[in-house]
Amino acid sequence: MTKNHVIAVLVNDQPGVLQRVSGLFGRRGYNIESITVGQSEEPGLSRMVIVTEGDDTTLEQIEKQLYKLIDVIKVVNLSANPMVSRELALIKVKAEPAERPEIMGVVETFRAAVVDIGAGSMMVQVIGDTEKIDAMIELLRPYGIRELSRTGVTAMTRG
Amino acid sequence: MSAQIPAVRSTEQLREKWMKPEVISGSEILLRSLLLEGVECVFGYPGGAVLYIYDAMYGFDDFHHLLTRHEQGAIHAADGYARASGKVGVCIATSGPGATNTVTGIATAYMDSVPLVVITGNVATSLIGTDAFQEADITGITMPITKHSYLVRDAEDLPRIIHEAFHIANTGRKGPVLIDIPKDVSAQKVRFEPEHSIDLRGYHPTVVPNRLQLDKLVAAISEAERPVILAGGGVIYSGGHEGLLEFATRSGIPITTTLLGLGAFPSGHDLWMGMPGMHGTYTANQAIQQSDLLISIGARFDDRVTGRLDGFAPHAKIVHIDIDPAEIGKNVKTDIPIVGDVKTVLEMLNPMVGYSSKADAWRAQISRWKQEKPFKYKDSEDVLKPQWVIEMLNDTTHGEAIVTTDVGQHQMWTAQYYKFNQPRSFITSGGLGTMGFGFPAAIGAQMAHPDRLVISINGDGGMQMCAQELAICAINKIPVKIVVINNQVLGMVRQWQELIYDNRYSHIDLAGSPDFVKLAEAYGVKGLRATSKEEAERAWQEALDNDGPVLVEFVVHKGENVYPMVTQGSTIDQMLMGDCE
Repeated sequence: MTKNHVIAVLVNDQPGVLQRVSGLFGRRGYNIESITVGQSEEPGLSRMVIVTEGDDTTLEQIEKQLYKLIDVIKVVNLSANPMVSRELALIKVKAEPAERPEIMGVVETFRAAVVDIGAGSMMVQVIGDTEKIDAMIELLRPYGIRELSRTGVTAMTRG
Repeated sequence: MSAQIPAVRSTEQLREKWMKPEVISGSEILLRSLLLEGVECVFGYPGGAVLYIYDAMYGFDDFHHLLTRHEQGAIHAADGYARASGKVGVCIATSGPGATNTVTGIATAYMDSVPLVVITGNVATSLIGTDAFQEADITGITMPITKHSYLVRDAEDLPRIIHEAFHIANTGRKGPVLIDIPKDVSAQKVRFEPEHSIDLRGYHPTVVPNRLQLDKLVAAISEAERPVILAGGGVIYSGGHEGLLEFATRSGIPITTTLLGLGAFPSGHDLWMGMPGMHGTYTANQAIQQSDLLISIGARFDDRVTGRLDGFAPHAKIVHIDIDPAEIGKNVKTDIPIVGDVKTVLEMLNPMVGYSSKADAWRAQISRWKQEKPFKYKDSEDVLKPQWVIEMLNDTTHGEAIVTTDVGQHQMWTAQYYKFNQPRSFITSGGLGTMGFGFPAAIGAQMAHPDRLVISINGDGGMQMCAQELAICAINKIPVKIVVINNQVLGMVRQWQELIYDNRYSHIDLAGSPDFVKLAEAYGVKGLRATSKEEAERAWQEALDNDGPVLVEFVVHKGENVYPMVTQGSTIDQMLMGDCE
């Protein structure tokens, strides 16, 4: 059965390591829904969080193929256990002065924040799991989204 | 032979001579580090970005450098050297076009798990990314076809990187490793500190298998009524051929060996069923399809072996022994996965295994198939049949030569009609199917085994893809016996066009090929031609009697096909039997 999986990959912080990982997904026909990379708790190592789609056999192959890369230290299937996943989005939404109170209402309900106001627009920052951000975007869409930037998912297992 | 391979030196001598910590260039560090890794022979081609390296080689005689005529020749020769010797093959090429010319050879080695260290030059670090003259992102280009790669940014890293590269190339599932060295790094002078320890956190191949899994296999063997062993190249690479012979004879389980596994098991043995798959034996394919236990050892269920996957070994419990965990479950669902080094697995397994006593009827059935449906062809007194030529080569060399092939019909006939009894005696491009591979690979194999008979069997198509390496045979007196099976067409393509594309022979006629005898002579290699059996026997004997390189062209029947054949989309027991009927 095809479903979304969230995988954390601890890698050596070497030039080209992102290319090795993303290239592996590309050439073996695995899907990347989102990929984020940043420092880990240990100097010299980065942690990638990859959201991918596939059945259990595909996921098993993805993990095994990732382990074949010399720069990959550890692969963890985060979504196999309870986890916290977060994504950040910046949404520039069309906002004439008259519409602003209404938009602010949406922002407050979602515990998002307005981080910039222009002449005819507002920039909203929202943090949460993917569903929350999807919902926020849908609510803001009627006002007219001018620009949208999402970071992709980062995640950790609970406990 | 007289190719000048330096006398084997003890590691201690080399260490004493070279391993003094001192300030030297990156190029000298490279050469010394190669020596530390036991390198005896390097294949390469100089150019601007590797000139410091070649300058450091001037007057250097602690390993032999063979100057090929094309980088493709160099890397296939390094590959042949590695397959024949079990050591790491080394190839050097310059940046840009030199590096990209090695790509086919790197992919060939990657597909067949051959340990190579490929050293390429690159433009100076200050020029990287500027589209400088002869710049190519060779680490990026080769990422999907290398086991690992390095772009060296500081000469101080070279001892560590070279040591790691050899370790990675020749352990676990073997494969090619690329080291890209910018020109200024090869010139950079730093203090050389010989590197001895390796610390790769992300790389720990599982050598020793899980004992519980072995127990499951032993239980499965005692239950099985129709067991089959499917052995592949991994047996040869791990040095597990003796363990395999013991496993098969102890258990009495019939065995089939894949193309890359030929030589892993003695072909004359009662239990051996021949090669499976697209051009395999009737017996091997029937046995796999009817088996109730299929034990794959160091083989990866390539589509040329399995045919249509959803109908492959439909009744069998599948056991998969492999050093690469990613192979397990990749193509075929596995019931008993065993991750480990084949040699180690077999050493642990053999004392536990008993004779599979429920399989007597099965062994009898297999004997009948072998008798009833061997490889067969219709011989002729008017024209030379390629299968007859291969049989003659086998008979006159008693199956003891190292044979390399190119890719195509002659490759399959060699696999079918030459009887391999020793590991590392059959060298062929299996996974990638690389035309142009066979002849330079034979040069590498001969460098690894100066005193053995090396035969390079080629078609007239593939011979023209690396024919320029005749020069290095002549110059270095490398006594490879070069066989050209000339049917004047791209034979395997012709066969597919005949059988699958309704006799529409599109662009396969190799009219305009050179006179191969004159081509050989033009390079200073003896050339002979045969068009009849009598001429063939005489020419071949003359080649064997000559102690230098000789090319023998056998002009064979144009319309000959390789049988049996499993067409794509069929299960492997749905075979076109052709002349084997």
